[in-house]
Amino acid sequence: MLGEGIIKGMVETAKNFVGSYHDPKRLTTVEYPENKIPAKENARNFPFLVFDGVDADKGLRCVACQICEKECPPKCIYIIKDTVKKPDYMGKMQIQPKIFDIDISVCMSCQICVEVCPFEAIKMDTQFELSTTDRFENLLLNKRELAKPNEYYHKIHPTEATEVDERLAAEKAKAEAKAKADAEAKAKATVAAAAAKAAPTPVPAPAK
Amino acid sequence: MIGEFFKGLFLMIWKVVTDQPDPKVEFVSVFPATIQPIISVLLSIVPIIMVFASLFALTTLLERKGLGRIQNRLGPNRVGPFGLFQPVADGLKMLTKEDIVPHSADKLIHFLAPIVLLVPTLLAYAVLPFGQNMVPIDMDAGILFFFAVGASTELSIFMAGWSSRNKYSLLGAMRAIAQMISYEIPLIISSVTVIMIAGSLSLVEIVDKQSGYHFGFLPHWNVFTPWGLAGFIIFLIASLAESNRSPFDIPEAESEIIAGHLTEYSGFKYALFFLAEYLGMFAVSGLAVTLFLGGWRAPLPFLEIVPSYIWFLLKLMGLVCLFIWIRGTLPRLRVDQLLNFAWKFMLPMSLINLFVAAIWHFTSVWNFRGAGLGRWLLCAAMIAVPYVWLGRTLIGNKKITHRTYRFAN
Repeated sequence: MLGEGIIKGMVETAKNFVGSYHDPKRLTTVEYPENKIPAKENARNFPFLVFDGVDADKGLRCVACQICEKECPPKCIYIIKDTVKKPDYMGKMQIQPKIFDIDISVCMSCQICVEVCPFEAIKMDTQFELSTTDRFENLLLNKRELAKPNEYYHKIHPTEATEVDERLAAEKAKAEAKAKADAEAKAKATVAAAAAKAAPTPVPAPAK
Repeated sequence: MIGEFFKGLFLMIWKVVTDQPDPKVEFVSVFPATIQPIISVLLSIVPIIMVFASLFALTTLLERKGLGRIQNRLGPNRVGPFGLFQPVADGLKMLTKEDIVPHSADKLIHFLAPIVLLVPTLLAYAVLPFGQNMVPIDMDAGILFFFAVGASTELSIFMAGWSSRNKYSLLGAMRAIAQMISYEIPLIISSVTVIMIAGSLSLVEIVDKQSGYHFGFLPHWNVFTPWGLAGFIIFLIASLAESNRSPFDIPEAESEIIAGHLTEYSGFKYALFFLAEYLGMFAVSGLAVTLFLGGWRAPLPFLEIVPSYIWFLLKLMGLVCLFIWIRGTLPRLRVDQLLNFAWKFMLPMSLINLFVAAIWHFTSVWNFRGAGLGRWLLCAAMIAVPYVWLGRTLIGNKKITHRTYRFAN
C-alpha cells in the first residue's frame, strides 16, 4: 500500500535517534581534537627525510642525487649540493644536501619521490595537523624540519620500514663480504706476489 | 507618567502571562491619543518578530542536533554547553560575511528579493490566533488573507532566481514555481474542508468551533474526524512542499543545482532567505495547528489551566519536530515524481476529501442509534477506498523488487 515504506523508514530513523542516546556504540564519529583515530599504516601525506642514528646531519640517508627533484611532478623539491662529503651507512663517501626544501603547499602527495629514491632516504609521513597562519614561510619545510629518525619511520609504517632495513642490512653485508673477499684476495695476491718475488730470490746454488 | 508607564507595562505583561483578554489597553492609554495606534501596532508586531526569530534560531540548532542523532552522530557541540550557542555563532558568521552581488545581476531585484520574501511571510502571522486572547488581527477572512499573502512568496523566489543571472538560480526558481503552484491547490482545498464545516473564514471562529470534548476526554479537534485526518495529512504534505523542505527540496537541491535560487546570495541576504523559509514553515505549521489540531486549545480538560499560548507553541514545535524527522528520513523526489504526486494523487485525494466533508456535514442531522459511529465509518471508508486505489495506480503495475545489476555481479 502507498505510504508503507515511509512508515518503515520513519521507524528506522526513530530507532537511530533513540538508540544514539543510550547506546554509544552506535555513534560512528570521533570527537576529533580530543580523541584521535591512530593513522592507518598505509596512510600518507607529505614526504620526510629518514636519518639513521641520533644526529640528523650525520645520519641523513640523502646523497643529494636530485632524482626526486627531477621526478617531482609539481616541482616542489629544491636541492643544493654541499661541497663537503660524508660517509654513508656503508662507509662510502657521499655528497650530502646543503639545502633540501619541500613546499608542502605545492606537494600533491603522489609518492613518486619515494618510488624513485635509490637510497631509501625519502618516505611518506602521516602527520596532517600542519595548519599555520603563514602560508608562505611555514609551509616551506627545510632540511632540519624534514629530517626524522628511522625509529619514527618504524613507528608510522612498521612493515615497510622493516623491509627497507632488511634490504639495507643485506646490501651492507654483501658489500662487507665483497670488501672482505676483495681484501682477502688482495692479501692473497700480495702474499702470492711476495712469494713469487721471494721464490726467485733464494740464493742460487753455487756453481760447481 | 513614569509610574503609570511601568504600572501599565507590568499589568500588560501580567495579563499576557495569565492569558487575560485585552492586555494592551492600560499600557497604550499611557501614551498620547495620537500615537496610540502606532504603539498598539508595535506591541503586536515586535513580540511576533522576537518570538519567531528566536524560535528560528532554536529550530536550526534542534534540526542539526536531531538530524545528527538520526544519522548516529552527535551534532554541533562545540559552541557553548551542548552547542547551545551554535545559532549565535552562525548568525555572527552570516553577518560578517561579504555581501556579494554578481557583476551581471539585476542589482535592484537581487537586493529586493529577500525583503519581498520576508515581508509577506511576516504578514501571514497577522491573522494566526496564538492564544486565547492573542490574535494580532481578528480578520473575517483571515484564512483567505493567509493564503493570499503566502502565495506572493513564489514571486520573490522567482525574482531571486531571475535577477542572479545564473543558470542554476533560474532552474531552481522555475522548479520552485512549478512545485509551489502544484502544491498550493491541495493545500487550499484541504483547508476548504475546515471552512465548510466551521462555516467561517475567520481563524478565531475556526478555533472556537473546535472547543469541547467527546466523552469528556477526546477534544473536538478536526483531526479526529475522517475528513480532518485526511485533510491534515494532505495539508502537511503540501505545506512541506510549500516551505521547500525535504523531501520536496528540489528547488534548492544541493547535489543537482548547487543551491537553486540561493546560489548567488551570501552573507545577510542569504540569512534573510533562510529566516524567511523557516518563518514560512512556522506560519504554515501554525495554520495547520489552527485548522486541524484545535489551535491553542488544551488536549485534555484538566490541562486547561496551562496557558493557551503554551499549547499553541507546543503543537507548533511538535509539527516542526515532525518536519525534521521527515527530513532525516526521506530522500529527495525527482521533478516528475513530485508533479505526478501532486496532480495524480494529492489533487484527487483532496477533492474526494472535500466531498467527504460535505457528506459529514449533511449526515450531522442523523439521529438514530449508532449514528455517530456509522457516520464516522462511512466517511472513513469513503477516504480509505480511493486512497488504496489511487495509491495502486500511482505505483502502477510495476512490481517493486530488488534490483539486479547484470554486469556488476
